[in-house]
Amino acid sequence: MSAIENVSRRRFLTGGIIAAGALVLGVRYYHKLSSGDKLPHDTTADHATLHPSVFLGIDGDGTAWIVASRSEMGTTSRTTLPLVVADELDADWKRVKIEQAIGDKRYGDQNTDGSHSIRSFYDAMREAGATARFMLIQAAAKQWSVPAAECETDLHVVVHRSTSRRAGYGELASAAAKLPVPSREELKLKPKSAWRYIGKGEVSYDLEALVTGKAIYGMDARGDGMVYASVERPPVLGGKVKSFDDKEALKVGGVRQTVPIDPFQPPPAFQPLGGIAVIADNTWAAFQGRKKLNISWDNGPNETYNSDAYKNELRATSHNPCKVVRNIGDADAVFAKGGKVHEADYYVPLLAHATMEPPVALAEFKDGKATLWAPTQNPQAVQDIVSKELGIAKEDVVCHVTLLGGGFGRKSKPDYVAEAAVLSKKVGRPVKVVWTREDDIKFDYYNAVASMYMKAALGANGKPTAWLQRSVFPPIPSIFDVNAVYGDPSHLQQGWTDIPYDLPNLRIENGPAKAHVRIGWLRSVANIYHAFAIQCFTDELAHAVGRDPLDYLLDLIGNPRTIDFKGVEYPNYGAALDAYPWETGRLRNVTEVVAEKSGWGKRKHGKGTGVGIAAHRSFLTYVATVVEVEVNDQGEVRIPRVDVALDAGLVVNPEATRAQFEGAAVFGTSVARSGEITATKGVIDQSNFQDYSVARINEVPSQTNVYIVESDAPPAGVGEPGVPPFIAAFCNAIFAATGKRVRDLPISKLGLS
Amino acid sequence: MIQLKVNGAEQSFDGDPEMPLLWYLRDVLGLTGSKFGCGVGLCGACTVHVSGQATRSCVTTMRDTAGKEVTTVEGLEKNGLHPVQKAWMQINVPQCGYCQVGQMMQAAALLNSNKKPTDKQIDEAMSGNICRCGTYQRIRAAIKAAAGEMA
Repeated sequence: MSAIENVSRRRFLTGGIIAAGALVLGVRYYHKLSSGDKLPHDTTADHATLHPSVFLGIDGDGTAWIVASRSEMGTTSRTTLPLVVADELDADWKRVKIEQAIGDKRYGDQNTDGSHSIRSFYDAMREAGATARFMLIQAAAKQWSVPAAECETDLHVVVHRSTSRRAGYGELASAAAKLPVPSREELKLKPKSAWRYIGKGEVSYDLEALVTGKAIYGMDARGDGMVYASVERPPVLGGKVKSFDDKEALKVGGVRQTVPIDPFQPPPAFQPLGGIAVIADNTWAAFQGRKKLNISWDNGPNETYNSDAYKNELRATSHNPCKVVRNIGDADAVFAKGGKVHEADYYVPLLAHATMEPPVALAEFKDGKATLWAPTQNPQAVQDIVSKELGIAKEDVVCHVTLLGGGFGRKSKPDYVAEAAVLSKKVGRPVKVVWTREDDIKFDYYNAVASMYMKAALGANGKPTAWLQRSVFPPIPSIFDVNAVYGDPSHLQQGWTDIPYDLPNLRIENGPAKAHVRIGWLRSVANIYHAFAIQCFTDELAHAVGRDPLDYLLDLIGNPRTIDFKGVEYPNYGAALDAYPWETGRLRNVTEVVAEKSGWGKRKHGKGTGVGIAAHRSFLTYVATVVEVEVNDQGEVRIPRVDVALDAGLVVNPEATRAQFEGAAVFGTSVARSGEITATKGVIDQSNFQDYSVARINEVPSQTNVYIVESDAPPAGVGEPGVPPFIAAFCNAIFAATGKRVRDLPISKLGLS
Repeated sequence: MIQLKVNGAEQSFDGDPEMPLLWYLRDVLGLTGSKFGCGVGLCGACTVHVSGQATRSCVTTMRDTAGKEVTTVEGLEKNGLHPVQKAWMQINVPQCGYCQVGQMMQAAALLNSNKKPTDKQIDEAMSGNICRCGTYQRIRAAIKAAAGEMA
């Protein structure tokens, strides 16, 4: 399946799942609504004096209203995309007001996922700004009776230099609105030399609100007559309530009632999990009432799921031939000849998102319509699931997007929003569903548990003459099809079928695994376990043949070339291979840059210290990371320094990009140090930060230096690509420091003391 | 009836004395700057000042707050921004921002008792506050910047 829709030269990715009839609207010229028919969810931009695009409106006072259609979870997309509009408009950023869009297909894809906001909407944002600027220039030229070609713009004004005339955007807006909207071909985009904001960036539009506590997250949404709900869900996926007794729960002060939620019909997708909701006057009362529920469960078939046994199953599967997903030459023939062969098993457990804001949503069902306020990465998916659950039209579901207290992929799945909608319909009031941290950890869509088997035959110069890699993991499509057991191309592509090495004999396989919990996207997704296996195995081979890991890595990447994916189903993250080819020279370059910047091979490392390196491309961005560690006699690991070099093509907002890569090193630290979700008899063993610990200030890199490679390539992702190579480089550094090889994550299981 | 002061204003509460301060602030008073993150005092998102001390409001009952003075981010600075908030903006600390109010309340309490904390002292004071976006490096820098401002 391809996630690509080509419209003119623009490409839109629909996210990990392929939406039927993927929406391709970028900048569409939306008919202005006549006064009096204002809908409650129109934007101010829709009703501005000049309104040439769904993303932009300019009022008579000069205010430029820019619509942020993507969700803000900390990556700054809500600021950075409007910044592109403002640049092409030649607008004064201080006169820009950003409005958050509701879920609405007129904005195109809104699933803020897959690190593609900038690359998928960069052209659309430029065209929106350029369209308005074109019309403003035309209006001024007409007013002054001069050729438009003699007019230009300068920070919110149109200028005619030879006559020294100037007119502000606000005063021109009304006249401009009477002119025809130009076609795309008529637009003249600014040359790079004239960019004001692109490549320079800006801090978050919401920065002051964030530091004063005024920013509104989903957790902070409030409505008149609102009640609070906390839901006791089936502890095993697919379980059902056999019977329940709510007498004690109803005695708790502030508790109003209990409401059953139906179990889902498989597959789970984004449906509520079912269970019993306690409705109360405040969050605390709902939590307390819920503790007093007495429920008997029918756990269903997933009761047999135990993580230890499952790990052994995955590993056993990976030790036998599996489905071939890519092949070059004949690796088996080389292995059959004997000689030096190196093998290893790698393992990454289930991982939870643990966003700081647990899932939460406010819903009001009234007069056959549903209105939601939710911290969601995907408001159109909210519309879909809520319309299905309530049996109403998608158009009757209005989803307001609040700020998100972290997303990392969890909030692309709107099961929690659907819960609120279902409850509001049953209760007849606005209902806010608040998940506890325990709910969040126990009822997540986990990053897949994965086992990787690696095998290489080594030639005379230490280079692999044959390479075999097999991965086995329960795939994400299992949430949409309970029989899905094989990795799909959109996840096998993630650092697996695109191994960047120049290998004469290569076989890549994938084995089946049935899911017993909900599997979902988590920041970097399958790249986490694939990069871990490939980049750590590479380090193993370097040491096995006595080579420097950097030299060896560069040797395997080989000479700059474009990877040929003939015969391989390689979706390239939804981007066309001609616009975003896989160029090994760029991976090589970031590797060389990070080696130089980190002083690879030039700095002395004493006892218990060491450095590791890894390089990886994901979400179309090339990244190389060097991690330095110190391990003391007690086995405590410190990370004094991280260096990371990246080539993400054109970087619109360098400051936000640096922040994403600093954060990726911390996210990777959590995964590597302690990230592990397990199940016993189908029930998740972990519950809160005491047993699913995430990295704290004293455990993270003391210093992460980020180097952005200048590039004229089209923009690529920055939210996710930093995580995978960090994890591998960190584990390679631990080997360098201690001689102990991390093959099973998390490293807390290794025993470094 | 429990009497307390919140951001300088007298308040009285006649609900469940076991209710944590956090839910009183958020659901009853509508002061939503303090966040719910874990409910068991492990993440620090709910940090407020009780009698000047950084306190996890999610595990502090209303009973234990009786007669005390509570300060939330909404009352951290009467005029404009507190030096910690200014530093947070200057260093561009927040990503999603959800934990940052708790981080700043913790940092402000630290700087009240220690005008020039070392890296180690910062780590000790701040290790109860989780940031999942991973802004720790900037938090450390911002605390130092705020310390300079307050000196």
